[in-house]
This record gives sequence, structure tokens and C-alpha cells, in this order.
Amino acid sequence: MSSKEWPLWEVFIRSKQGLSHKHVGSLRAADAQMAIDNARDVYTRRSEGISIWVIESKLVTASDPDESAELFEPADSKIYRHPTFYNVPDGISHM
Amino acid sequence: MTTQEAFYNYIVRFGDDSLILGQRLSEWCGHGPILEEDIALTNIALDLIGQTTNLFELAVQIEGKGKDVDQLAFLRLEKEYTNLLLVEQPNVDFGYTIVRQFFFDVFRKLTFEALCQSSDEKLAAIAEKSLKEIKYHLKHSSEWVIRLGDGTEESHTRVQAAVNTLWKFTNELFYQDEVDQKVIELGLGVDTSLFKEAWQLHVEKVFTEATLTIPANTWQHEGGRKGTHTEHLGYLLSEMQYMQRAYPNMEW
Amino acid sequence: MSTKNIEELEKEFQAKIDADIKIEPNDWMPEAYRKTLMRQISQHAHSEIVGMLPEGNWITRAPSLKRKAVLLAKVQDEAGHGLYLYSAAETLGLDRESSIDDLHSGKAKYSSIFNYPTLSWADMGTIGWLVDGAAIMNQVPLCRCSYGPYARAMVRVCKEESFHQRQGFEIVSLLANGTPEQKQMVQDSLNRFWWPALMMFGPNDDNSPNSAQSVKWKIKRMSNDELRQQFIDVTVLQAEMVGLTIPDKDLKWNEATGHYDFGAINWEEFNQVIQGNGPCNKDRIDARRNAKENGAWVREAANAFAEKRKKKELTH
Repeated sequence: MSSKEWPLWEVFIRSKQGLSHKHVGSLRAADAQMAIDNARDVYTRRSEGISIWVIESKLVTASDPDESAELFEPADSKIYRHPTFYNVPDGISHM
Repeated sequence: MTTQEAFYNYIVRFGDDSLILGQRLSEWCGHGPILEEDIALTNIALDLIGQTTNLFELAVQIEGKGKDVDQLAFLRLEKEYTNLLLVEQPNVDFGYTIVRQFFFDVFRKLTFEALCQSSDEKLAAIAEKSLKEIKYHLKHSSEWVIRLGDGTEESHTRVQAAVNTLWKFTNELFYQDEVDQKVIELGLGVDTSLFKEAWQLHVEKVFTEATLTIPANTWQHEGGRKGTHTEHLGYLLSEMQYMQRAYPNMEW
Repeated sequence: MSTKNIEELEKEFQAKIDADIKIEPNDWMPEAYRKTLMRQISQHAHSEIVGMLPEGNWITRAPSLKRKAVLLAKVQDEAGHGLYLYSAAETLGLDRESSIDDLHSGKAKYSSIFNYPTLSWADMGTIGWLVDGAAIMNQVPLCRCSYGPYARAMVRVCKEESFHQRQGFEIVSLLANGTPEQKQMVQDSLNRFWWPALMMFGPNDDNSPNSAQSVKWKIKRMSNDELRQQFIDVTVLQAEMVGLTIPDKDLKWNEATGHYDFGAINWEEFNQVIQGNGPCNKDRIDARRNAKENGAWVREAANAFAEKRKKKELTH
């Protein structure tokens, strides 16, 4: 018996028009078509989706959690990127 | 035979096909070749049980004797079931299950596409709803026929054996008698002989891709539509009817 | 690369847990945390999958079309739940198929309840009511577990599971209010499943060696005994409502504690069942092993076909 398994796929579902695809989990499938079919049966049994993306898990590149400080913390101090940083005189609307 | 009787029998035949095939597929639940496929087969079984319920609801309305769908589903004698011989054949292995499903799905899709035009609105509505499910079933079974046929040597041998065994039940898909004539005349039902060729072409096209062949011996069996079944149905029914027979007239 | 030593890492890790910050797959985690999670999640997944079998028994004998559809959908959900959980375990590097092989070889455990037989249709009701009821009680706190993928899988499982217990109780209450045969059928079922259901929460806290650490890591949020007591308190009332008798002569409301006192659990039976000596252990594992072995040629074919396709695409 061959021990070769079906590859692992990550599944992304768009729950309705206007929303982006969201990661929901993974599954096993021999090819992309089967991965879509399986995702339909596994992850949309209760009308959770209207569109499916699948990608082989090994093709996903993730950022390194050890680098998260240098990657993400510098943005925390750039408060001037947020509208609440600015003072607008009372009575001004539509801004 | 009155029109009412003919139309009733006509609907029950389709309902029985769904019921018996749904019952067969549900035997897979918990035993599929891999979890994902277990879930997929169960989805198809659920669609078929749903179709049975819709068709039987219509049938008991037509009959007008105040029966409920479960009496129809569980309390007839073996010879009163009029499903195709194909759908009562045992699961044997995943290959047989897929080939049985594929032959049936191609036929069902063609028939139900045509039934969307039935002069009976309720039947047309059931056909339309079921058709979406059937298209998916056909996609699923076709993909698997191709994968297994053109997969490994073992899978090819197994699935070809299934084709060789089940081919003799395919002509019955197009069986017609006085029931059909009556409903066709009135535009209630469809003349399946019109798409026998389309069925054959579809099967051949998928088989070509799957490197499968149609067996040389084309001797055919029939009888299901008249209540003469293979030995397999009796066992299936004894299991399916067990509760209703052992505890009659109770609510569950 | 991080130059921190293990002690510092462990301290930071525990600080994150204490602050209710979830741990995600690539984050540093103590080996013991990873191992405990892998064991817990895969046991949980195995329980879902083996749990398909006792109910799967009755799908072909369900007494009505409606019940057949409901039961099919429920057992299918269990396959789905197993899959979500294996998928969570994969994020820890635990390969699904090798984990399943551990189940088949007897190395991995699963919930003892599924080693009891389903002997009547009423068992479909009792399993939904008691077994899913107990499972939900165990699972709801796990939605807040510290490991992100496990917590997310549990949210999904709990959402789907809510219909399982209800459909079970519907069957139970229908039979309890039905004919004398039906009433007897459901009482007999309760008599067989009550004690095994209580055992589902695991050994008493005094005999549960890993519990304290798991609570500290927030991969277990309530103790076995707390959950068991909570289950008994709500279930006794439900049984009374439908006129069924809990098979425990020591069961008695305790005004002082505000809980029900209950009789002694047969831990010897529990241990024997866990060790493989329950009424159906062998049947269950055989069924799962057969499914995998009989499906091997199908999985291989799909792989071979996928490879052929890839080659074809490359040459075009």
C-alpha cells in the first residue's frame, strides 16, 4: 500500500457578494478541482458561501512570528495616519 | 388505466429511484475511502432522500387517499416498488458505487431537464429544484469515473469490472410502457427515448477520457418498473422497513 | 533568529496565555504544550470519527424519511467535525493519516462512550440528548481555548452541534410520550447510556494527572468533576420533564450544595473500556481500519491521475 497522501489545501470562502474571501480551514484533495468540490461539501453545508478559493498549503508563505516586532510595531507609533489624530473645529461636518 | 393512476405511477417510479439509491448511498456513511469523500457521498444521499420526499408528497396528493410519504416509502411489498434495477445493485466497492451513480446521473439529468417543462407545475418545480442537485452529482460522478478509469492499473481494472457488471441494467433506464404513453400524451411526462442517444454519447465521451470501454455483450435486464426485481432489493427493504413493520402505526 | 533562552520564552508564553492572547501555529510554544494539544485535538477528532459508527448503524433502519435525513446530516456533521479538528492538529505538524494510523493501532484513544452498542432506535435519541449534551458541555469552554486553530474549530463545531442535541431530545420526548412499547424502548436506552455518559467527562479530578497543567495553559477550562456535575444538574430536570427515570437510586437534590448528589461511578468499567475491553471496541476500530484499507486504491488512483494531469499540462 502506497503511503503517499493527498496534499493539504487551505480553503477560503466568500460568504456573500461584497465581502472578501476568508480562511476557514484546510482539507485533503488529490487535485485542485477535487479540493474545490471537497471544500463545497465540507465547508458550505449550511449555506456559508457563494465562492471558494483553494490553495495548496505548501505554497503559502507566512511571515515569521519572531520578526513580528520589527514588522508590525513600527506602525503603531504612526498615529498621524489615523483621522482621529487631527483636530477639526466644532461645527465642521462631512469631514 | 386512468390519467391519475398513470401520473401517480410515473411519479412513484422516480421517487423509488431516489429512495433506493439514497438508501444504498447512505450505507457508505462512516465507511468512505477518505473523510472528504464520506461527506460528499452523504450529501448526495441527502439530496436523494429530499427528492424522494418531494416526489412522494406529490404522489400521495395525486392519489388522494390521505396516505403520508412514509407509508409510501416504508410500507409497500417488494413487488410494489418500481425503481430501476440499477439503483438497487449493491455498493460492492467505491468503483461500483461511482459507476452506478454515473449511469443514473446522466439519465436523471436529461430526464429532469425535460421534466422542467412538464404541464404539471408541481412536478416541473420539483424537477427544477432537483436539477441543480443532479448536475452536481453528475459532475462528481463523472470526475471520479475519469480519475478511477485513468488512475492506476488497479483502479482501471476495478472500475471496468463495475462497468461490465452494471451495463446490463442501463437499457432499463429508457423503459417505457402504458404509464409513460399516457403521461407523455398529456405533456405531464417526457419521452425518454428522445434522449437515449444523448445518454449514450455522454457516457462514451466520459469513458473515452477515462479509458474505459462499453462491454461487448449487450444482453439487457429489466423488470424493476413492473416490480420484478433482483434478489438484492428484498434485503434492502427488510432493513429499511424494519421499524415500520416491527412497530406499526407509531410516530417517530 | 531569537537568542532568548527557553526559560525566557516559557515565561513570555505563559504571560501571553494569562493575558488571553491566543497562540497561533508558528508562534513559539513549549514542547509539552504542543504535545498535549496534539494528543487532545487528535483524540477529539478520533472521537468524532468513531462516533459516526454507533449512529451510522441506524441510518438504513431509520423509521421515517425525515428521521433518515436528520440522522444522515448529523452523522455527516460528525465527519465534518473530525475533519475540522484534524485540520487544527495539522497546524501543529501532526499529519492526519499517521494520526489515524495511531487510532487504528490502538495507540491513540477516543471517547469511551462510542464503544457501547446502539441496540434500538431510541438510542438515536439518547445519544443526541446525553452524549451530544455532554460533548457540548465539554466543548463550549474549548471555544475559548488558548490555541487559535483549536478554538476556531470548536466555534464551528459548537455552532453546528446545537441541532444535534435538540433532535435527540425531540426523539426522546416523542417516545417518552408515545406508546408503551416506545416508552419502554426509551427508558431502556436511558438505563444503558446514563452511566457511560457520566464517564465521558473522564476520571475524577483527583485521578486526572494532566488536568492542572492544562487548565494553566487554558487548553482545558473546567475540571472533569465540575463539568460532570453541571451535566447532571441540567439533565435530571430534562428527564423529569418527559417522565423518564434516571437509573441511579442515590440521585438526590442537595439543598446545601445546590447540586444533585449521585451514586458511585464504576471506574473499573471505565478503565476496561478505555483499555479496549468494551462491548464494541474491536468492531469500531475494525470498521475504521477497513474503511481506510478498502479506500487505499481509490486514494492512490486519484493521486496517479493528478500526476498524469500535471504532466499533460506541462507538455502542452
